[in-house]
Amino acid sequence: MRREVAEKLASLPPDERVLLRPLVDTSRGFYVMAGVFGAISLLGLVSYILQVRYGLGRTGLNRPGYWGIYIICFVFFIGISHAGTLISAILRVSKAEWRRSITRSAELITVLVIGFGAIQPVIDLGRPDRVLNVLLHAQWRSPLLWDVISIGLYFMSCTIYLYLPLLPDLAIIRDSGIKAPRFYRFLAAGYTDTPVQRHRLERAIGVLSIVVIPIAVSVHTVIGWIFAMTLRPMWHSTIFGPYFVMGAIYSGIAAILVAMAVLRRVYHLENYFKVVHFDYLGRLLLILSLLWFYFTFAEYLTAFYGGEPGEMRTFWAKLTGTFAIPFWAMVLGCFVIPLALMSRQATRTPVGTTIAGIAVVIGMWLERYNIVVPTSVNPRWEVESIGHYLPSWIELSIMAGTFSGFILLYMIATKIVPIVSIWEIKEGRAVVQEVADRVAKYSESYA
Amino acid sequence: MTRWGMVIDLDRCTGCAACEVACKSENNIATVPPHQAEMGRVMSWMRVLAHTVGDFPDTHLEFYPRPCMHCDNPPCIKVCPVRATYIDPEGIVGQIYPRCIGCRYCANACPFTVKYFNWYGPEWSDSERQHLNPDVSPRTKGVIEKCSFCHHRLQRAREQARAENRDVREEDYQPACAEICPTRAIVFGDLDNPTHHVAELKEDPRAMRIMEDLGTQPKVYYLRARR
Repeated sequence: MRREVAEKLASLPPDERVLLRPLVDTSRGFYVMAGVFGAISLLGLVSYILQVRYGLGRTGLNRPGYWGIYIICFVFFIGISHAGTLISAILRVSKAEWRRSITRSAELITVLVIGFGAIQPVIDLGRPDRVLNVLLHAQWRSPLLWDVISIGLYFMSCTIYLYLPLLPDLAIIRDSGIKAPRFYRFLAAGYTDTPVQRHRLERAIGVLSIVVIPIAVSVHTVIGWIFAMTLRPMWHSTIFGPYFVMGAIYSGIAAILVAMAVLRRVYHLENYFKVVHFDYLGRLLLILSLLWFYFTFAEYLTAFYGGEPGEMRTFWAKLTGTFAIPFWAMVLGCFVIPLALMSRQATRTPVGTTIAGIAVVIGMWLERYNIVVPTSVNPRWEVESIGHYLPSWIELSIMAGTFSGFILLYMIATKIVPIVSIWEIKEGRAVVQEVADRVAKYSESYA
Repeated sequence: MTRWGMVIDLDRCTGCAACEVACKSENNIATVPPHQAEMGRVMSWMRVLAHTVGDFPDTHLEFYPRPCMHCDNPPCIKVCPVRATYIDPEGIVGQIYPRCIGCRYCANACPFTVKYFNWYGPEWSDSERQHLNPDVSPRTKGVIEKCSFCHHRLQRAREQARAENRDVREEDYQPACAEICPTRAIVFGDLDNPTHHVAELKEDPRAMRIMEDLGTQPKVYYLRARR
């Protein structure tokens, strides 16, 4: 950090001083990690180039195992993207005051991860050069096309929803003059935080946070429908739309918990990501782990009770057959570990919630695996032979590359914008009395 | 209205797989090397599936020659995002290779798993190259292909019939598998035309369709083996 920048930073109020520090002060550890993730992303890119050059034959996909890692990651990433919507939009709409410090990091996850999710089906295409046919020869009955539309809409609305609450903070950076003045003048778009501007901004955010909820719900519903609309055993299920939305929110909360734990540590944000935040998010995680069990149980019991031969082959392949390990690992990650850790106050600590969050993220990836692969390789007709699928190195490097690419961009984003919303934190302090009055009203006596 | 369809008599089928070979050679289907075949990447629009019935020692084999079912209500068509697979007015389900984006959604939506994907670009041995069929376009890597009921033969038959100013006769249009079958287990024709053999055979008490209960209305009928 140069001296004049350090002086400028030191002259700022305490919130700005802490939250703007990552923008101008970059540790050596950051460069090392960025280098590592950058290298892995590059490996993924090279693998993709090889795949395009030689064909999808370089993957482990086959007939009938038509879909694999890419479609799993597609569902997984778009699921994670529900972090921002839930945390930010629902908490904003319900006026939950504790949301203020965590909305920004959640919204950033959303926008970046949608991008990495949306490229997965394109990576999976046999002819990526013809991807525009989806628009040129659109066939409206295809759930895949519904997906293109809803993900497109979702990406746009989430990007605006990230940008609008950024405006006051961008203005703060511009006015402080600590970094790239012209860049931030452009980004801040003339925002000067006059009462009129603030009022309009808050109204726009209010409207958007309502609009973005049904769009988010539609996105993962339609992804569930991609599978549910086929006649394949254990895909053709009415529960898939809501099941996918619930799972998306679940994995989203888990991802935000992990992100918060890391940010808290590397940027010393203990005063913003407090124990209470982990506690509250841990409670949400607990509720969703129970919901996850409820949905999963309902889904599997229905298939089992009906006992249709086609369904049963896939069912037993998951519970006791080829896919028993990923299946029970999923139950462990999505239910046993989060339930055990989050149901006790003593383990609903930052460390406990982080462990539960990691377990859920892995568990939810496995859930997508257990949905995509077992049905794909188990054809309904008993005369057709059962397939097998083992991902190739190309697929695994592309997966590692997209994960690293996401982390890398997230890291870089924390160097461009404050990862905790400065103006919302300040506003939170200013409205303490207002909130206290509101809360007092709840229990006002009529005497 | 013409509805092209097929009746396969399982009692006559000996499992010789001549239909598979005829189909491969007629439709320029790429040959897949052994290690690829082991991965499950064999392409065979017509495939004779062998099914073992009963427990040892009271077992017997059943053979099911399986082309595309050319469903009247095809699940593959609904899910294609780019209209690359379609059903023509005479009931043949086709694939538009130059438009297909290779998402393999149709392949997963097909309960009969009759859609084949080109994992690599097509390869033929030198001996095969010498007799590639000029009437059938080869497929590039990354697209789906499938049984077309030898649609190119229908086009030729139509042209011939038009030139002679008459309707297409049953014997004018036969797919390669039906033509080659040594036991005449595969019968092909217009299901709605009472003068065609298939119209009568599909009413046989032994007639059934695979997974009929799914409601996709396949146009390939099987006659159960007598025992």
